[in-house]
Amino acid sequence: MPTLAKRNWRAIAQQMEQIVGKSGVVWTPEELLVFECDGLASYKQRPALAVLPRTTEEASRVLALCYREGLPFVARGSGTGLSGGALPVEGCVLVVTARMNRILAIDLDNHQVVVQPGVINNWVTQAVSGAGFYYAPDPSSQSICSIGGNVAENSGGVHCLKYGVTTNHVLGLKLVLPDGEIVDVGGPVPESPGYDLAGVFVGSEGTLGIAAEITLRLLRSAESIRVLLADFATVEAAGSAVTAIIAAGIVPGGMEIMDNLSINAVEDVVATECYPRDAGAILLVEVDGLAVEVEATSTQVEALCREAGARAVRSATDPAERLKLWKGRKAAFAAMGRRAPNYYVQDGVIPRTKLQCVLQQIELLSKKHGYPVANVFHAGDGNLHPLILYDGRIAGELEKVEILGGEILKLCVAVGGSISGEHGIGAEKRCYMSDMFTPADLETMQWVRAVFDPKGLANPTKLFPTPRTCGEAARAESEARFAAVERF
Amino acid sequence: MENQPRLAVPRAFDANHPPDAQMIDTCVHCGFCLATCPSYRVLGTEMDSPRGRIYLMDALNEGEISLSQATAGHFDSCLGCLACVSTCPSGVQYDQLIAATRPQVERNVERSVPDRLLRALIFNLLPYPRRLRPLLLALIPYQKLGVQKLVRKSGLLQKFAPRLAAMESILPAVPASAFAAPMPERVAAQGKQRFRVGMITGCVQRLFFDRVNRATLRVLTAIGCEVVIPRSQGCCAALPQHQGQSAQARQMARDLIDSFADSNVDYLIINAAGCGHTLKEYGHILADDPVYRERAAAFAAKVRDVQEFLYWAKILVPLQPIADGPLAVVYQDACHLLHGQRISLQPRQLLAQIPGVQVREPVDAALCCGSAGVYNILQPEIGEELGRQKVENLLATGAVLIASANPGCTLQIRKHLELTGQAVPVRHPMELIDAAIRGVKVADLPAS
Repeated sequence: MPTLAKRNWRAIAQQMEQIVGKSGVVWTPEELLVFECDGLASYKQRPALAVLPRTTEEASRVLALCYREGLPFVARGSGTGLSGGALPVEGCVLVVTARMNRILAIDLDNHQVVVQPGVINNWVTQAVSGAGFYYAPDPSSQSICSIGGNVAENSGGVHCLKYGVTTNHVLGLKLVLPDGEIVDVGGPVPESPGYDLAGVFVGSEGTLGIAAEITLRLLRSAESIRVLLADFATVEAAGSAVTAIIAAGIVPGGMEIMDNLSINAVEDVVATECYPRDAGAILLVEVDGLAVEVEATSTQVEALCREAGARAVRSATDPAERLKLWKGRKAAFAAMGRRAPNYYVQDGVIPRTKLQCVLQQIELLSKKHGYPVANVFHAGDGNLHPLILYDGRIAGELEKVEILGGEILKLCVAVGGSISGEHGIGAEKRCYMSDMFTPADLETMQWVRAVFDPKGLANPTKLFPTPRTCGEAARAESEARFAAVERF
Repeated sequence: MENQPRLAVPRAFDANHPPDAQMIDTCVHCGFCLATCPSYRVLGTEMDSPRGRIYLMDALNEGEISLSQATAGHFDSCLGCLACVSTCPSGVQYDQLIAATRPQVERNVERSVPDRLLRALIFNLLPYPRRLRPLLLALIPYQKLGVQKLVRKSGLLQKFAPRLAAMESILPAVPASAFAAPMPERVAAQGKQRFRVGMITGCVQRLFFDRVNRATLRVLTAIGCEVVIPRSQGCCAALPQHQGQSAQARQMARDLIDSFADSNVDYLIINAAGCGHTLKEYGHILADDPVYRERAAAFAAKVRDVQEFLYWAKILVPLQPIADGPLAVVYQDACHLLHGQRISLQPRQLLAQIPGVQVREPVDAALCCGSAGVYNILQPEIGEELGRQKVENLLATGAVLIASANPGCTLQIRKHLELTGQAVPVRHPMELIDAAIRGVKVADLPAS
C-alpha cells in the first residue's frame, strides 16, 4: 500500500466533496487541528481529512472510497469519549456523524425509535417524553454524547444498575461495513435466530464499521420517582449503606457515591448547595416504579442509610428538585477543571463487596504517587471513576499519572473486576487488555474483527494491544496469525 | 473602526489583550457546550463549537496555527449567544474569550471587499438613529408601492447578494412612530414615588419599537417610578462591541455615560436584552480608560433589565385579564437575558401574574433564534436555519402569542412566522404588562 506521505489528500478530499458536498469536508490543517482529540485530550493526532456525511448512503460511499484507496478511518460522534476511541490515527479519514442527526422513525406502540448515529442521547427521551416514554441508558454526558458513540462504547450511566447498558436497549442496526456494504443486523423483533451480530457490534469501539441507523428500545416512564440524598462522615459508611440496600433485595434505578473532594469541586462550580461540603461522602439513590412501591422502598432505603450512619437524608420527587440533586453528580468530571489544570479519569469495575478495600488501596496509591484522587462512582454495580488531578503543563506529569491509573486498573483486575465499565478501551487502555484476557481470548476477538474488517481499516490500533502502542504487551505470535491485518 | 494597518499575510494574535491563556486552561474538553451551541447545531463541525474555538484560540496563542481567513471564519460563525457559558460545568468564561478574540480578528484579518462594505454600512448606520431615520423615509415608498414585494418575489437579491437579501428580509414595516415626537425628558411617577430611574431607549428599539418604549414608560410610572429619559442618548454600544469594533464601542459607552451624568437616578432601566448585557459590561469595556473606568463601573452597577427590575420592585397595582378566557403565551428567551444576564424566571413569573395567562415552555428554549444582533445579516444561512427551528418549537407549544424581550429576536421570529404563514403575534412582555395595567385586551392593541 502507498506510504502516507505519498497520498494526494487534495484529490481524495475532492472525491469526498463529490459525495458529501463542499461543506462536509474539512481539509485545512488549522481546521483539522480541532479534531485531534476527543474527550481524552491528552492523546492527540491530527487526521488527514474530516468528512461529515448526512445519510447512510453517503456514509457508505465514504467508506467505500476509503476501502478502495486503502485509507484507515475513524468514526467520531460528539467527541466526548474518555478512552480516546475517536482519537484519529495517522493519515486517517475521520468520519464525523454530527450531521447524521435525525430521528428517522418513532413507533410508540412497539416501544421503538430509529435514529441516526449523530442523534444526541437525550434528544431521544426529549422526543418521546411527552407520550410517557424514555430511553434508559444515561451517561453523564447524555446532553451531548451521540447514540452512535454510545453504541460503539456500550455506554452505561447511572441507571444501568436496574435497566442495563446500551446493548440491552439496541434492537437492530443498519451497519456500513468497512468496505462500504450496508447490512442489517438484529431487528425490530426482540428475539431473532442466528448469531447476535447486533450484540457483537455494540461495544466494538468503531473497529467493525459504522452504525448508520439504530433501532432503540424505549421504556415507559415510571409512575413515580424519588431521589434520596444521604450524607455520611466517611466513604466506607456510604459503601456499607450500598451493601445493605442491595442485601435487602432492593434494586434502585441508580446508586451513586461522591467523595469529599468531588463534592467540593462540584459545589465550587455548580453551587447546587445540596451536597454538604464537610461530608466524607454522599450517596444518591434513585427509586422508581409504582407510587406505592416507591413510597415503601424509599422508607426502607432511608432507614438503611441511617443505620449505616447517615448524618442526614433528604429526598425529592418533584422533577426540578430531582434534577437539582443529580446536577452536581452529572457535572462531576468537568467540575475538576477548577481544581487542577487536568484530570485523568479511570473507569474500573470491581465486585461490590470489595468496595471498601479497593477505596482504601486507591487512597494509599494516591498518597504513594503524590496526586490527589477524587472518587465518583456507580456504587450499585461497582463501577469506579477515580479522577486523578494533575498539571499537564509540567513535562512528564501525564506519564506518571498514567502509571498511577494503570496501578488502579490492575488493582481492579486483581480483586476480580474489569478495566472498563463503560468508557471503553480505546487508545487509552489497550495495553491493559492482556492483564484481563488470555492470548487465546484476544485472538478470538481478532478473528471476529478480521471477518468484518479484513483490511484492518476501521479504527486501527484501538481496543487491542499492538507492538507499536504497547511494545511487549502485544504478543508476537498473534501477529503471525493475522498477516493480512495491517499493523501500525 | 480600528486604525490598524491591514495585513495581507495571515498572522497570529497581536499583543493587545489576546484571549487569556489561563482562562483557556480551565476548559477540560468535555464537549458539554456543543449541546447548546447554535452554530454547532446547524453545522456539526467542531471548529464551529465553543470547544473547537477555544482549541483554535489556544493554538493561535501558542503560535501553532495562523489567523487565516478559514480560522477567522469560525470565530465569525459564533453567534455570541453565550449558551455555552451557562452550560459549561468547568466555569470557562467563553464570553470573555470570544470578546477578546473578535477585535483580534478585526485588526489582523483581511476581509473581502463586499464583507468590509457590508460591515461598514452596518456599523455606520444601525447604531445611529439620527442617520437611520432619514433613510427610513426612503424605505416607505419602497414598502408601500409594492417594490419590496417585487424584490422578494424575484429572488434576485437572494441570488446575487444573499447577505443584503437577509438584511432586507428582516426589515419591518417602517412605523409612523419612528418620526413621532421624542418622549419627554422627565415623567413623574403615578401615585407615591418609589424610585427615580433612567430609561435607556436603544437605537433600533427607538425607531422600530417606539411602542415598546412607551409601554415600558407607562409601566414604570404606574408602579411608582419617576423616569428620566435624556434626549442626548445614543446607542449603548452593543452592536459594535459584539462584533469586535472596540474603539467605536468605547466611544459609544463614554457618550451614554455622559448623557446620564447628572441624572441622579437609582437605577438605569433597559428593555432590550442585548443592550442590557452590554450596559452591564461597561466596567469591563472601559477598564483601560483611566478617566471613565470608575464611572463606567458605577454606571454598570445601576443597570437593570426592566423585567428583572419589575419582578424585584413588584407591580403593586392590580392587573386585569388581557384576553377573554385563558391565553397561552410562550416566552422566547433572549440569549442576552438568559445566558448573558441569567434572567429567565423573572419574565415568566411576571407574565404568569397576568390573570388568565398560561406560560408555555418550548423545546430548546435555551437555543438561540439566529438573530444574534446583526448575525442573521452577516451569516444568513445559519441564521435562517435557527430561525426556522425556533419558530417551529415555539408554535409546537400551542401558544397563541409569543413574548419576546429583544428587538432582534422579535424581528427574526416575525420573519419566520411570516415564512410559515402563521399569524401569531409577537409582543414585548412590557406591552402585555402595560395592557394588563390599563385593562386593555391584547386583541385591541394596535398592530405592531
